Amino acid sequence: MHAVVCTAALAVAAPAMAADLVIGYLQMSRDARYGDSRTYARYLTGPLGRPYDGARVAIQESKFVGSALGLEFRLERERVRDAAHAAETIIAMNGNGVHYFLVDAPAEVLAETAKQVRDRPVLLFNVSAPDDRLRNELCQGNLLHVIPSHAMGSDALAQYLVSRKWRKVLVLRGPAEEDRQIAAAFSRSAKRMGLEIVDSRDFVLSNDPRERDRNNVALLTAGADYEVVYVADADGEFARDVPYQTVKPRPVVGSEGLAGAAWHWAWERHGAPQLEGRFEKLAGRPMRDVDWAAWMAVKALVEALVRTGSGAFAQVSQYLRGDDIILDGFKGNRLDFRPWNGQLRQPILLVTHNWVVDRAPLQGFLHPTNNLDTLGFDERESQCRP
Amino acid sequence: MIGSGRHTGRALVRGRRGIAATALLTVALAVATDARAKGTGYLFVSSEKDHTVTVLDGKSYQVVKQIRTAARPRHMAFDPQRTRLYVACGDGDAIDIIDVNELALVDRIVGIEDPEAFGFSPDGKTMYLSLEDDAKLGILDLDAYFAARGGTPELTVAEVSEGGAEGERSGEERKNEEGARASDSDGAVPGLRTIEVGEEPEGILVSPDGATVFVTSEVANMVHVVDTASGTLKANVVVGNRPRRLALTPDGKELWVTSELAGSVSILDMGSYQVKRGIEFRPKGFRPEDVTPVGITMTADGATAWVALGRANHVAVVDVASGDILDYVLVGNRAWNVTFNRDESLLFVANGLSDDVSIIDAAKRRVIRSVPVGRVPYAVLVDD
Repeated sequence: MHAVVCTAALAVAAPAMAADLVIGYLQMSRDARYGDSRTYARYLTGPLGRPYDGARVAIQESKFVGSALGLEFRLERERVRDAAHAAETIIAMNGNGVHYFLVDAPAEVLAETAKQVRDRPVLLFNVSAPDDRLRNELCQGNLLHVIPSHAMGSDALAQYLVSRKWRKVLVLRGPAEEDRQIAAAFSRSAKRMGLEIVDSRDFVLSNDPRERDRNNVALLTAGADYEVVYVADADGEFARDVPYQTVKPRPVVGSEGLAGAAWHWAWERHGAPQLEGRFEKLAGRPMRDVDWAAWMAVKALVEALVRTGSGAFAQVSQYLRGDDIILDGFKGNRLDFRPWNGQLRQPILLVTHNWVVDRAPLQGFLHPTNNLDTLGFDERESQCRP
Repeated sequence: MIGSGRHTGRALVRGRRGIAATALLTVALAVATDARAKGTGYLFVSSEKDHTVTVLDGKSYQVVKQIRTAARPRHMAFDPQRTRLYVACGDGDAIDIIDVNELALVDRIVGIEDPEAFGFSPDGKTMYLSLEDDAKLGILDLDAYFAARGGTPELTVAEVSEGGAEGERSGEERKNEEGARASDSDGAVPGLRTIEVGEEPEGILVSPDGATVFVTSEVANMVHVVDTASGTLKANVVVGNRPRRLALTPDGKELWVTSELAGSVSILDMGSYQVKRGIEFRPKGFRPEDVTPVGITMTADGATAWVALGRANHVAVVDVASGDILDYVLVGNRAWNVTFNRDESLLFVANGLSDDVSIIDAAKRRVIRSVPVGRVPYAVLVDD
């Protein structure tokens, strides 16, 4: 069968002999984000495993169109210790003709790696770091962000709160650096969308009775007038205990309850169940944000290769960032990358543990050129100067 | 004439609009009746969330019957004799067969994993199916299938409104599903051959001579051209993103393909299998991302194409020769599949997100009626 397929394709696309197109895939040999206790707990938006299987699904999907181009897409996975090791690996692989890399690493490692390989003809896809600084002061010209930023998630959530008229928000904020960043992202969104943060309180994860004003949800949520509680907890362990423990009967959003997400298994429109099914078949678990991002990164690259007739690196790279590309994220809208910071424009799903309540941008949140740009850093506010 | 004793009584209570619409329809049908065998006059609408095919009276548009099917009925087609209606039930892994005169579920082709769209060979003996989960085109020899299978399968339906039955049914369905999934569709279904195509095959179109089948792949963004005699792929043509449905010009020279995400129609030259031009739809007040064309149908003379624009809530009227967009007609939410009545005076549009069907007067290019149907209507067929 395959021989026939290729012959037919040759007649149409007239490519050279079938050749491997290798896509680099870098992950950290140790990465706390995928620790067993975290994945076991199935926090609302946390990963359930490494996103490698997402990329594999995309490779499977691209087999047919690859054969039309005379290409066979292949992932080459490397495990790295730190940014220096990652850069070294990328440079070595680039020497063997690899130009495109999915990088599954935390923000600091990703930023440093991108910096160290900036003079090479390589393009990196960020599949797991939502850190807003990567889209602003730490942004790099060779880095495309497929995973949504914290700002996109919190803008989506803020749109939802505004649409429900739940405007008075009590913020609970964790001690970790990323908790602070998430809380900062929400505070930016609140300002943009016109929400009122009535108080911002710091929590700690402990059972120490001396710290009860900071570890007891009832005490943390007492003595304020609010309509909704927002929890900023990157890890999720504290956040999962907040619903049903608040002093007032108020909904909980953010890291628990209702969250902005790139993907959710329960999304049932735009062909999503088919993609979810393909992923689950391969990975044996539901698809989460990082898995979707790895899938999407490969899909974006393949689309650019197909439409440019598997052109040279510069051409593909330009097409990926250009206006003409149309990407299908199985979330309804056509997607492309923001030229000002390399972030993939995309709808954000507002999710609970077993349902997608809505899809942002919500109706009525309009933008002069593209409503997807109501989510995240718009051109005017971007501090990205690569 | 259409209409039988069974449902004429339902048409008595009507508003003024209804009477006007009916008068118009009667004229239209009177013109059409001469040239063809008598149909039942019914409209059939598949509702993917209700697991039903709703039968509407062709005059009053009142509900005549709701026929329960296997889970998630979507694409439908009559056999060439128009005595049976075939319904692809995606989650039920089955093609349900409804007797058009009895309005009853009478048979079922089982074990077809997630069937999406399908088409018949001109003699009605072969069914071409897009098998979404397997990324394959299925070629089903119906005589061989019915001869080889042992007895008529139990015609369980996906119950939705009867609380107690629901759990039981879905359990049963799950079992069936697992059975079907344990073995590949190849071999498990008698008379079924498959051809590998791009991921998520969707639209199917059989050429009038039966020699060629066109299949779209939503994920590979391709149209596959399949030679039915040899069962091989003659060409794979890259088209606009997320290709869905197809229409062939009557002279067989052009294939029109809707692309949901690109918001366009790609027009393929059938001599070279190259995309020779595209049509982009931009109804006033909508941005490109809101325009998601899916359903397409062409008039029998090949002069005009009607394209449903999905979330843009309009149907576009296109002059086929020039590719000019003549008009946009406002319809319901997420206009999806479109179908003409036989004399092409009326166009029926399934609106997936407003749970209704818009009926367009094709000459006036405006909606004369919208009719509520089951949840998430997918396709409409007219037996007039």
